[in-house]
Amino acid sequence: MSQIIHFDPDQDFKARSRTAVNDPAQRANFRGAMDFLQAKRRGQFGDQDELAGLRAIGAAIRQNSLAKLPELLELLEKNLTANGIQVHWAETAADANAIALGIARRVGARNIAKGKSMVSEEIGFNHAMADAGIDAFETDMGEYIVELAGEKPSHIIMPAIHKTKQQIAALFAEKIPGVAYTEDVDALIRIGRQVLRGKFAGADVGLSGVNFAVAETGTLCLVENEGNGRMCTTVPDVHIAVTGIEKVVEKLEHVPPLYSLLTRSATGQSITTYFNMISRPRQEGEKDGPREVHLILIDNGRSQAHADEQLRATLQCIRCGACMNHCPVYARIGGHAYGTTYPGPIGAIVSPHMLGLNATYPLAFASTLCGACVEVCPVKIPITDILIRLRNEAQAGEEQASLRGSGAGRSALATAIWKGWSLIYSRLGIYRLTSWFISRGHKLSPVSQGAWTKCRTALKPAPKRLRDLIRERRS
Amino acid sequence: MSARERILGRLRTPGTAPEMPDVAGWYRARQRNETTPERITRLRAVLESVHAEVHETTDWPALLLQIATSKGLNNLLIGDNTPHGEHLASLAADKLTLIRYSEPIDGWRNRLFDEVDASLTLARSAIAETGTLILWPDASEPRTMSLVPPIHFALLDVNKIHADFDAAMRTENWQAGMPTNALLISGPSKTADIQQTLAYGAHGPRELVVLLCHTGVLS
Ligand code: SF4
Repeated sequence: MSQIIHFDPDQDFKARSRTAVNDPAQRANFRGAMDFLQAKRRGQFGDQDELAGLRAIGAAIRQNSLAKLPELLELLEKNLTANGIQVHWAETAADANAIALGIARRVGARNIAKGKSMVSEEIGFNHAMADAGIDAFETDMGEYIVELAGEKPSHIIMPAIHKTKQQIAALFAEKIPGVAYTEDVDALIRIGRQVLRGKFAGADVGLSGVNFAVAETGTLCLVENEGNGRMCTTVPDVHIAVTGIEKVVEKLEHVPPLYSLLTRSATGQSITTYFNMISRPRQEGEKDGPREVHLILIDNGRSQAHADEQLRATLQCIRCGACMNHCPVYARIGGHAYGTTYPGPIGAIVSPHMLGLNATYPLAFASTLCGACVEVCPVKIPITDILIRLRNEAQAGEEQASLRGSGAGRSALATAIWKGWSLIYSRLGIYRLTSWFISRGHKLSPVSQGAWTKCRTALKPAPKRLRDLIRERRS
Repeated sequence: MSARERILGRLRTPGTAPEMPDVAGWYRARQRNETTPERITRLRAVLESVHAEVHETTDWPALLLQIATSKGLNNLLIGDNTPHGEHLASLAADKLTLIRYSEPIDGWRNRLFDEVDASLTLARSAIAETGTLILWPDASEPRTMSLVPPIHFALLDVNKIHADFDAAMRTENWQAGMPTNALLISGPSKTADIQQTLAYGAHGPRELVVLLCHTGVLS
């Protein structure tokens, strides 16, 4: 099975984080953006009772949908097919790309206009198309900027969040012919609009993600502000939507609460400019819209999360990004340090299923477990519990291993230390003897204790044990 | 075994689904029972907060022609044989060039992108809570009309404003049959992708002009 590995060997996570925290300009960008997004979200949820009620509804809808996932996927497929939308199933990233490529080749496409889709990033779509000689180009402003810079998105909602307008101004002046340096944001957006407008009219295929797929009516819902998503799904002759299998909801009535939670949690907007609900290709007599609409349902490791009672909650995610906006670790290291398509808390818990725990377990340790993400998650995913579970999985011995890559973080030394620990703590005699030696020898404890003493004073055992102190008081 | 069967097979696990929440009840309990004027006020306030231009009128064709002149529009795209479009046509005469969307996009894609200044469509209904217009584009008023031209005029009958999205779907019984494309539009297109600075006119219309019609769209 071929996999897109966005992740270099695991030690690199630490190196990348170190570089990121030592970059004051980038840290200022992220800090500013996080403060802004947190304040915007707070502004939407003044009424705490309403928030609590809506979150409970959102979580229940997602849990229920996941419990009925196979039935709902079958119903979705049946209704989409009846509506004339073709449904494809992909077990892996490579399968998904092969299906899309097959469609593009059949219709003789030379280019593909892309709306913002994190799933397309996850499967390495642009690369796969480029290898086949098809130009897949980004049309979301943030994605366009990131693509122009030859980078990857650093945030799932705001891809270019790591860049200042000065950097973007310089990038446009350098990369777009005939464009002079300007820091005026309106002017920069006008430039992007102009360039991309020319490309929409000539696009052969449009690609999009999906925010919610409604089983009962066979409807694909897309959330956006810019209108590029509508362009990609309306102007080209063929529309291909790619999505993870978890995005299905049973009924149309489940859409309003989830949509409200999504936009308010993500960017603090009560609603986005566009909510685009697609149920059919162009019908006889209609004058625009794609003649073919395809949906590619992608597993890529999601079924592994689904099979585990605790980890299934990972799939409740509606990709709002609030967990990263409130994460003290993400705010400091930024999105690129994670090395995965999905950064931040959601990235740490979902990436192991896509890339294997062996490639991603350090992310589970990149958390203080402060729980800020759990507090804001609109669908109440117990992110910290899942992080702890993944930490345990990373250390698991062969008998307990249940995920791809389980046990990858296991070291002989750590295992021996914990074995010793449990031995000492389960035998009173050994415990007394050990604690006596340690307290009496407290002066010998090392001054340098690795990472701990880099920014803290060294740990020193007390000269007397609690039991010694009690004995002294009594006598 | 196909990929489909393998995926579905992996997902089939025993167990019972937790109960579905009472979504209808939640929204019902939050209804405000507003009058039409109250809904208009709410809709206006939210739409204007996201830079939409909103007018209340009892004579929309006159108002539209006046706005078109003040904006210096060369032309206006109208639907193919719609009652409101023809009504406007009967009054526009030499005041404004009207283009009818009478051919499929395939034959005039580039002209649509490059030459059309503005468009006029009907909004099916609206949502007060979020300042949202609901459009169900069809053969006579296609999807690209509210997307490609830089200025979009939308007509709305003030008696068709719902309290929230849930009420709109339920009252209009959407689940009985969805159109090819249903759209919620809440303002002109925008982006905050450059340093969180809001800019209007991303890829869709730069301006959204909402004409709230007090006496229906045909009088
Ligand atoms: S885990 Fe929760 S907070 Fe994070 S992106 Fe998903 S839904 Fe949003």
